[in-house]
Amino acid sequence: MAVLVIADHDGSAVRDTTHKTVTAALALSSDVDVLVLGKGAQGVADAAAKIAGVRKVLLADGDAVGHGLAEAVEATVLPLADGYDAILSPANTDGKNFAPRIAAKLDVAPISDIVEVVSPDTFVRPIYAGNALETVQSSDAKKVITVRPTAFAAAAEGGSAPVETVAAGEAPKTAFVSEEMVKSDRPELGAAKIIVSGGRALGSADEFHAVMEPLADKLGAAIGASRAAVDAGYAPNDYQVGQTGKVVAPQLYIAIGISGAIQHLAGMKDSKTIVAINKDPDAPIFQIADYGLVADYKTAVPELMAALG
Amino acid sequence: MKVLVPVKRVIDSNVKARVKADQSSVDLANVKMSMNPFDEIAVEEAVRLKEGKEHHAAGTASEIVVVSIGVTQAQETIRTALAMGADRGVLIQSDADLEPLAVAKLLKAVADEEKPDLILMGKQSIDGDNNAVGQMLAALLDWPQATFAGKLEIAGGKATVTREVDGGLQTVSAGLPAVVTVDLRLNTPRYASLPNIMKAKKKEIVTKTVADYGVDTADRLKVLKVTEPPKRAAGVKVESAAQLVETLKSAGAL
Repeated sequence: MAVLVIADHDGSAVRDTTHKTVTAALALSSDVDVLVLGKGAQGVADAAAKIAGVRKVLLADGDAVGHGLAEAVEATVLPLADGYDAILSPANTDGKNFAPRIAAKLDVAPISDIVEVVSPDTFVRPIYAGNALETVQSSDAKKVITVRPTAFAAAAEGGSAPVETVAAGEAPKTAFVSEEMVKSDRPELGAAKIIVSGGRALGSADEFHAVMEPLADKLGAAIGASRAAVDAGYAPNDYQVGQTGKVVAPQLYIAIGISGAIQHLAGMKDSKTIVAINKDPDAPIFQIADYGLVADYKTAVPELMAALG
Repeated sequence: MKVLVPVKRVIDSNVKARVKADQSSVDLANVKMSMNPFDEIAVEEAVRLKEGKEHHAAGTASEIVVVSIGVTQAQETIRTALAMGADRGVLIQSDADLEPLAVAKLLKAVADEEKPDLILMGKQSIDGDNNAVGQMLAALLDWPQATFAGKLEIAGGKATVTREVDGGLQTVSAGLPAVVTVDLRLNTPRYASLPNIMKAKKKEIVTKTVADYGVDTADRLKVLKVTEPPKRAAGVKVESAAQLVETLKSAGAL
């Protein structure tokens, strides 16, 4: 049995979500190959080859796969599928976009967002916003799986796998138009050790930035937000933590002015330590917080900044 | 342009799901059910395409067909969509909780019959959280897909979609017919007015069975058990920001 992992990368470096997906793949088989899709991504492929446990790296170079278009990813992966019993990708927006498409073409049931590999055909995945965990056994000969990266440790470095080139697929009916990526010197939400996250209580976009950014910079933290804050336009969409946004599990998660809707908790309740600052003592966030401070953020955050020195 | 909108009846988003004592599934007895919130956004966008609201030209959509697969009560979900402004409904009755692959195959059969130019649907249902049916339907139809739409424009035989992705926003254009799955920020769905609720009662809902479509809907996944996630231990309250920092430092969290 061999497994193909579709790498997650930023065009120049492999994201650690790839290392974590390799860990999940190694629980299925010791024959793990990594597919790097991109435009001019030789460097990414070389980096993926250094992940311990990887047998070989396949590199598909093309414009359409470089933009992550699902149709092109499908067209790249399908000709390779015969050689694999399972195809894994991280459950990020790219993986969620192309994995079900590949599964449908192979006539198999996709297994989304797994948090545990029980055996090579049995997996645990969260359902109902993480309020239940479902253990499912797949009867499909070939499995298409997305992996929740926060649930797996990152595979170590230290490999030296060969890199081969494969043909990149096209997306004849879909065209890339443009992208608007948020530029930041702060760590990415998925990789950050500390996250400070703001809610609707912040009241405006200006206030959100004025309060959250200095605190994040002081802690070397990434910034997250509740859906309410994103919906209100206080923070960009890629800040959203929750059932339908990003799922995070940092060492420390500091929720500021977030009440703690079920959908938000779904995205952060596996954080190692949770701190909640909210002026409402009955806010549901306090039920899952390790440390709660009942206070208005307006006074609490400056005090926090001062205490951090 | 004809728009097909699949909708699902799910647990209300304000209700916390509870696992059954026998670990067979989530307990839905006497639980409030509603239209999947993402599907509501899809219905709203379809209605705006018809009305010419926001940036859409009036009459961009000429007909909106809503389809649901589920128990008899899923009729109410279809009625809600009709009250929001959809034109007619199809209910594929099924007491089984079908997997995304089976749902995609049934929807493909409906699309083959209805021949829509656009299928607008929620990006995921809040029960199974699979985020799969739209992408699978697009694959089975061999149509392009544009997922997680935060903005949609229809012009020149194309859907131009701004997608909410991890790093920010990506805009793609997909030639019609296409499948577009919608994200939270696309719009805010309307509440149906009383006159429209009354009008919706007269709109047509055709009831079908799974067998009518002759597709393989067998389960591929066997649910071995459904369990509660581990609970977090109760935390402590601190009195001040200074005490918080001190506590975090002594706990090794800072």
